[in-house]
Amino acid sequence: MTDKALISIEGLGKTYPAAGGGSTLVFEDVWFAVERGEFVCVIGHSGCGKTTILNALAGLEKPSAGSIIVAGQEVTGPSLDRAVIFQSHALLPWMTVEGNIAFAVKSRWPKWSREQIRARTQQFIALVGLSGSERKKPAQLSGGMKQRVGIARALSIDPKILLMDEPFSALDALTRGTLQDEVLRICAETRQTVFMITHDVDEAIMLADKIVLMTNGPRARIAEIVVNTLPRERSRHDLHRHPHYYRIRNHLIEFLVDRSRNFDVEVESGGHDPRHPRLVYPGRAEPAVAAVDPAPADDPPRSRHPSLQEIRK
Amino acid sequence: MKASLAARAALLSLLIFAALMLLWQFAAQTGSTGVAVDPEYAKLIGAAAAGGGQSSVPTPLDVGAKLWGHITDPFYVRGTNDQGIGIQLAYSLGRVLIGYLLAAVVAIPLGFLIGMSPLVYRALDPFIQVLKPISPLAWMPLALYTIKDSAISAVFVIFICSIWPMLINTAFGVAAVRREWLNVARTLEVGWFRRAFTVILPAAAPTIMTGMRISIGIAWLVIVAAEMLVGGTGIGYFVWNEWNNLSLANIITAILLIGVIGMLLDQVLARLARLVTFPE
Repeated sequence: MTDKALISIEGLGKTYPAAGGGSTLVFEDVWFAVERGEFVCVIGHSGCGKTTILNALAGLEKPSAGSIIVAGQEVTGPSLDRAVIFQSHALLPWMTVEGNIAFAVKSRWPKWSREQIRARTQQFIALVGLSGSERKKPAQLSGGMKQRVGIARALSIDPKILLMDEPFSALDALTRGTLQDEVLRICAETRQTVFMITHDVDEAIMLADKIVLMTNGPRARIAEIVVNTLPRERSRHDLHRHPHYYRIRNHLIEFLVDRSRNFDVEVESGGHDPRHPRLVYPGRAEPAVAAVDPAPADDPPRSRHPSLQEIRK
Repeated sequence: MKASLAARAALLSLLIFAALMLLWQFAAQTGSTGVAVDPEYAKLIGAAAAGGGQSSVPTPLDVGAKLWGHITDPFYVRGTNDQGIGIQLAYSLGRVLIGYLLAAVVAIPLGFLIGMSPLVYRALDPFIQVLKPISPLAWMPLALYTIKDSAISAVFVIFICSIWPMLINTAFGVAAVRREWLNVARTLEVGWFRRAFTVILPAAAPTIMTGMRISIGIAWLVIVAAEMLVGGTGIGYFVWNEWNNLSLANIITAILLIGVIGMLLDQVLARLARLVTFPE
């Protein structure tokens, strides 16, 4: 399964130097995979290292341990194949809407003519519904419009993977809903592989195929992976009417409120394998726990932070 | 009826101006009736000086007449020591612009590199901190000794005094470019040059322009003193020469013009700064 996955996160860990000597272990031994075309959300409290995982995946930050394999290659730095939608939209304020997107398009295809760049820029401005605002500067746009530009910029470079770091958390509820609908539509149309960070339960259920649950930091880890069993064509209008919806939602909330704090107890009682986090299907019926991804019998004895050669074996 | 704030401010400005002029006129009149020079000295040099006359404090009207004379005929040349005030100002402006532009050519690229590298930033910081507070005029003897040309020495003094604000502001502006903008460039695999010119330079431009504005102000302050030392030409020399002639009206005229030119230089830079400023 790991061979086929587009993204394979293997034994990832991060330590930060702490004040007064020592170091803080933010998370350790994080393993999971993202299949091509899958929409995966990571959910967890602040400080569990969600953003660090995303930055490591983007190549912006180096993990302290483990590695990330994307399409068979280890991530060593940022790449145009992995587009990032930043929480703070990160538009360049001295450029217009058009300029910001054209900057990305030109980075992707440096040899393109002005006309080709303009055409592609227009196409993505239209995709996010910003036609007519091409010449505006980011300061003249509302928060939702800015994030639309951020989305257009990320999608315009035709990335293999879209990385989103709490992209909607700075928006008001109404704008957030509309934008979620659009992201869902665009991602469904293009079968885009997406990795998203959020701390919004409803957002995760609305958008994700799989929801990775992280325990609280420091020493955060992946508790389990919730499979979203709701049909992929979701809409905010009837989502809550589906019988699976509240079961999944309750499961997530229960985790965030309670289990994320006391997960060590569950680990001690056994059954937790960080290398193969459990897949759970809370939507179907309770308790629905299936070890879909069992460890192969000839698995080598696991070291805490396996070397690269070991992973490549 | 209530006039706009601008109109009321203008009216108040005029009133203050009129009050100051009246005060000046009054002070000058009462001052000139007394004996302006030491009686012993007056006996030595004759009656003209003893009466005050030329050397006494001029009235605003005297200065106005002088000013008008200079403005209507700014470019006359009646020998090396008697040239129009326009020519003197042009000499000074020329020196300031040459020294300032040379400083910009050195300071902005250098500041850019310093700002890009935290290592170089820290390594050069002690040098900058020590060199920055040195009065540019302190360099003058050294410049005269090594360059052996007074005109170039004056330009060098302008160069050395305008380099620091530009260097420091450029380095600071470049070092303080927001992490997220750099991350955008990194995720788009933007090359070094393109990142420098399309991300870092526009992001740091407002800070760089502030440095350039401070520099031009300092350069204009320093040129007057430098030219007093160097002599020959320039508005600083003009002031010193008129002091030797004891023509206070000419000195006051020069002071006013120095102020006006300094204001214009600052306005030009402010206008340029507005062009590169972006709202967030």
